[in-house]
Amino acid sequence: MGDVAVNIEGVSKRFRLYRERNQSLKAAIMRGRRAAYEEFWALKDVSFEIPQGSTFGIIGENGSGKSTLLNCVAKILRPDKGSVTTHGSIGALLELGSGFHPELSGRENVYLNGSILGMKKAEIARRFDEIVDFSGIEEFIDQPVKNYSSGMYVRLGFSVAINLDPDILLVDEVLAVGDVSFQDKCMEKFADFRRAGKTVVVVSHAMGSLRTLCDDVAWLKHGELVEVGAANDVVDTYVDEAHVERETLTTGGSRWGSGEVRIVGVELLDAEATPTTCVRTGDSVAVRVRYHASERIERPIFGLALENLEGVYVWAHHSRDGGFVPDFIERDGAVELRIPSLMLQPGTFDLLASIVDYTATHTFDFLRHCLRFDVEAGTPRESGGIVALGGTWSAAADAAAELPQPGRIGSRT
Amino acid sequence: MKGPLETAPSRPKEGAATALARLGSSRDLLLNLTLREIRGKYKRTVLGQAWSLLNPIAQMVTYSIVFSLLLRAQPAPGNPSGLDVFALWLSAGLLPWLFFQNVVMSGMGVLVGNSNLIKKVYFPRETLVISNAASWLFTFSIEMTVLTVAVLIFGGSPLLYLPATIFFMIVLAAFGLGVSFVLAVSNVYFRDTQHFIGILMQVWFYATPIVYPISLVAEHHHNLLAIYRLNPLERFTEVFRNTMYDGRWPTLSNTLYLVLVSAAALALGYVVFKRYEGRLAEEL
Repeated sequence: MGDVAVNIEGVSKRFRLYRERNQSLKAAIMRGRRAAYEEFWALKDVSFEIPQGSTFGIIGENGSGKSTLLNCVAKILRPDKGSVTTHGSIGALLELGSGFHPELSGRENVYLNGSILGMKKAEIARRFDEIVDFSGIEEFIDQPVKNYSSGMYVRLGFSVAINLDPDILLVDEVLAVGDVSFQDKCMEKFADFRRAGKTVVVVSHAMGSLRTLCDDVAWLKHGELVEVGAANDVVDTYVDEAHVERETLTTGGSRWGSGEVRIVGVELLDAEATPTTCVRTGDSVAVRVRYHASERIERPIFGLALENLEGVYVWAHHSRDGGFVPDFIERDGAVELRIPSLMLQPGTFDLLASIVDYTATHTFDFLRHCLRFDVEAGTPRESGGIVALGGTWSAAADAAAELPQPGRIGSRT
Repeated sequence: MKGPLETAPSRPKEGAATALARLGSSRDLLLNLTLREIRGKYKRTVLGQAWSLLNPIAQMVTYSIVFSLLLRAQPAPGNPSGLDVFALWLSAGLLPWLFFQNVVMSGMGVLVGNSNLIKKVYFPRETLVISNAASWLFTFSIEMTVLTVAVLIFGGSPLLYLPATIFFMIVLAAFGLGVSFVLAVSNVYFRDTQHFIGILMQVWFYATPIVYPISLVAEHHHNLLAIYRLNPLERFTEVFRNTMYDGRWPTLSNTLYLVLVSAAALALGYVVFKRYEGRLAEEL
């Protein structure tokens, strides 16, 4: 231990933002140079070390330079200043199956992709069965990959990449690859990796999984390193700050509906009624939906639903079932759903909001993913899953009496 | 200010030995990429690899009809082989030209075409350009084998000069590779390159004595001949006609000229490629 796997020293990376993306010779000659561009520093003097054998996370807002940094470590981008020194072979799960040739068979592509990633032919041959087995697509291995479903494509790509057995594995975003059982296999493989003393570097937004997955975390903001240290501490500070910065209604959701009334804002309010995007299990919260009706709407129904990041439908509740049906709404207004205790386990959730007519057959406005928020561990603290049920454990006292040979549950105190 | 860094390869100054060592270590990659090119090219076609022969045959037939029958081009019979078949004479010059043209034209697009790979995976980028040339060399070899058999049938003796033919095939590949190194990167920075080169190749084709004998130029434009012969493809055409059609060894001056020019083109191409390689991922 104590050895360094990746040493990042004063790395800066500059991108050129071309005002007009016109890669033509004529334009260049007429202007006397290639193209007018502005410089943009995606990374500014970032230095830290990634210890060998650790699982290391890189966090930050979108556009904070996380992926740029990962690309510099992977040698895809060359830093303009500073240096990245790596000790050991590198495997990167940046894009899966990107080297596949659609017309070639899965088998041929395994060899091709493996060699692009730096494996020798003999090595691939030795691991071939393992790779195919892991991907779970044995029966299609001699089919051209263009006939593969996108899931199969990615699974095969992932299998090749992870069976490379590199000393340092780079992963961009937590792998939402394939079905649940495949994801389990991936997590197992990661665990094997870590047990084998390999280094894993992960870039992710999913704070919950980073907290459990990583030993150390580096936090980037606008290309600069803010903090590096133990995962729990850094993630805590990051979440505290990020929820101030995160704007509502910018999560890029989609909407549809006839538009007589439109949702103009959705907010998650904490106990003090201030908008937030980060709450804890068991917190008292409220969801406020602000609307603008361009005409008078009779008896509208407001609906709210939750999905987690994997797209699992977690919960929904609409105001008709909640016994709240205003006779009509006009112009601007807001409604609120109070939740006395938020029974969600730590994770990231997306809110969906809708306004429909009383029969629920006509949609005025439907907003998908209008608000994304993080739930951090709070009370009750339960072991896993999506929801917290607030259960309590105890010995089943009365049940023991009915058993033929009652055992005993003791307590030391 | 640049630090002592550059783990990323910024080494136009590296020696040929290092470059070769690097290539050696990615031998399997080169092989697999080449196979991908060869296998992928004619996938889903009924005739498959046969297309690689049909294409030059069609061109040969067309040029034979136009230049031999209609325009009455009369190349001198092979000396000393005595062969006097226009189609064979033409092919001996046309096949090397087509090979060169293919290497350059598709090599030019190889970085842009594989941009998703370059942006997502690190691997020695030159392997893309090299495997492109290698895949065309494979096709070229088949074509030359067929031509050798044809010449044998018509009574020539190309087998004796086969070592020279193979040697010049490799020299031509090196020359084409050098040119495509430069064009591949410049096409990333200026997408005009491919269109411009498309025109240039047509001009170049007719500036080379492939469909007409060089004696035409020698007779009518004697003062231009020296400049005309600077064209490496002119020399290549001549040496391939020497070994395949005429049945004699190429001259020493041609050999030296071609080896020097090709080595220079390859070295220059490689240096230019290395110089601009580092920023490929962001320029694509």
